[in-house]
Amino acid sequence: MDIHEYQAKEILAGYGVRIADGGLAYSPEDAVQRAREIGGDVWAVKAQIHSGARGKAGGIKICRSYEEVEVAAEAMLGHRLVTQQTGSAGKVCLRLYIEAGTNIAKELYFSLLVDRAHESIIMVGSAEGGMDIEALAEDSPEKIKKIQIDPAVGLLDFQARGMAFYLGLEPSQISPAVKLISGCYRAMRDLDANMIEINPLIVTGGSGKLMIMDAKINFDDNALFRRQKVTELRDKTQEDKREMAAADRGLSYVGLDGDIGCMINGAGLAMATMDMIKLAGGEPANFLDVGGGASAERTEKAFRLVLADEGVKAMLVNIFAGINRCDWIAEGVVHAVKKINMKIPLIVRLSGTHVEEGRKIIEESGLPIITATTLAEVAEKAVAARNAQIAKEAEEAT
Amino acid sequence: MSIFIDEKTPIIVQGFTGKIGSFHAQDMIEYGSNIVGGITPGKGGQTHLQRPVFNTVREAVEQQGAEASIIFVPPAFAADSIMEAAEAGIKYCVSITDGIPTQDMMKVKQFLRKFPKDKRMVLTGPNCAGTISPGKTMLGIMPGHIYRQGIVGIVGRSGTLGYEAADQMKELGIGVSTSVGIGGDPINGSSHRDIFEKFEQDDETKVVLMIGEIGGLQEVDAGLYAKKQMSKPVVAYIAGLTAPKGRRMGHAGAIISSSGESAAEKVEMLQDLGVIIAPTPSAMGETIAKVLSKR
Repeated sequence: MDIHEYQAKEILAGYGVRIADGGLAYSPEDAVQRAREIGGDVWAVKAQIHSGARGKAGGIKICRSYEEVEVAAEAMLGHRLVTQQTGSAGKVCLRLYIEAGTNIAKELYFSLLVDRAHESIIMVGSAEGGMDIEALAEDSPEKIKKIQIDPAVGLLDFQARGMAFYLGLEPSQISPAVKLISGCYRAMRDLDANMIEINPLIVTGGSGKLMIMDAKINFDDNALFRRQKVTELRDKTQEDKREMAAADRGLSYVGLDGDIGCMINGAGLAMATMDMIKLAGGEPANFLDVGGGASAERTEKAFRLVLADEGVKAMLVNIFAGINRCDWIAEGVVHAVKKINMKIPLIVRLSGTHVEEGRKIIEESGLPIITATTLAEVAEKAVAARNAQIAKEAEEAT
Repeated sequence: MSIFIDEKTPIIVQGFTGKIGSFHAQDMIEYGSNIVGGITPGKGGQTHLQRPVFNTVREAVEQQGAEASIIFVPPAFAADSIMEAAEAGIKYCVSITDGIPTQDMMKVKQFLRKFPKDKRMVLTGPNCAGTISPGKTMLGIMPGHIYRQGIVGIVGRSGTLGYEAADQMKELGIGVSTSVGIGGDPINGSSHRDIFEKFEQDDETKVVLMIGEIGGLQEVDAGLYAKKQMSKPVVAYIAGLTAPKGRRMGHAGAIISSSGESAAEKVEMLQDLGVIIAPTPSAMGETIAKVLSKR
């Protein structure tokens, strides 16, 4: 689960990390009011959306008067911002964070991440902040330092100090840096975060203070059950509607750009089936794992979810029944098709436990369901049916 | 031989009396697995499915000689159950539970490392379908009947895709020595490579099939091991050619977050390491058949 920049900063401030003065605004008037409260003569107006790379997309504006704050706020609020990370649909901006302008002497990079390979949390730092860390990792990996944290003992001061020195900080800044780093680490551990990224971490001009300029936190979905306060930070306007609807129904759904809708059991089989669709010349409209116990009710919900995407031209069902049974699945499919007025072709492949009984139910239903027995066949038939459907729609249109 | 478990291995079920635990325990008993009891704290002394229930894993080890365990405990308590099994002297543990927090798994791995290697419990999963040595025993939730007994070792992250492979092989008359699910989570008990080591030592296994997917670098690590240390041919399929970067595809671990983690990159690296690639998921069976015909 992702949260907004202002939420991440509030959390980290609670762990003793220094942030600039700032406030939340829901309207241009709010924004000006916040700027007045903060004082000074430079402010940053920052669009609160779940995405990085906001600056290039017009989501961060430096303003030097209240009028400029108002204009910037109007330009962002209610609009969809398309960044390198959001995809073409972009993310809607409904909240702004107004922050006191800061004089920046140096931009650094700091993050804490779950390191899968070493099964621990690692700390990553670079003296070259503000830029795309992945690009930096690829082009000049020598400019990045990684330090592993032992899960049994946690972050040690000497490790935090080592990072601070690596970042090229002055002796007087080492102790505040250690405090900042250990604050971030405690937040990571206490709240079950997968990632805390501070980019940039800045040294202010003149006073030479350490401050976090942008902060991103991603939480472990598996741990939300014990992190009530984190769950409350969820902003549903930033999440894909279909994915959320799916999650509420206990289904795992990811919307994609193609036009062949999919309902499959098991994440691996779902990915493999999507691969087969691509190899057969088609593109999947979604990833959808209905899970092990696909009941009739669940099947119907999954159908509705897939068909809610109006771009879908054919729907593919691929179920390998293990603990489940093909005859139960077949009944669910027949029930769903009868209940939902399906206007596009449906291709079904069943395999595994009670497969003969399942196929019989589909055949005897009298419904126009195309059946397949193998993985290759179901993908090929789905692509053919999708092509036929497009041709048919084109004919009807003329 | 098979790896980890055979028909004699005494097995306990953690989360024995719950709905899911009961259902699968019954299924395993019907398959012929030697289930000697189960654990449900607070229900010790009772009998369930004609087998004794214990309060602690240690009691089950002492009184029934349990050597393997399967975990159906809910995610909030699963890490604790795994560590209890390790401490009690269980040798092999499968965690079926899906949704264990990542930091809990870090703790588990750390805890396991404190035991010397020869006394350390082997964990597979979490979030997997389990392990089966066809015709001998089943420690999992898979449909046992789709596996034919034979000489191919299977290791994979996905349950249903593993079934697909076993089913394709059965159609071609090819059997399985042991199939191990290592699970779809970012941090798992055993890696592909760990299982490769076991298959290499197993006389019965002649060919190994690895079913991988996007995310992490485990498959390539296993490929490196295969090139340097293995005498047996390895066939691999990597799922997720169409998966976009940065999106989690069902499994918590199935997310492309940095270079080298996409399916296409993994396939290329594995090919360079001499691993035989099944070009499509529907060609897993025939690719194995081809390799077997050349032996």
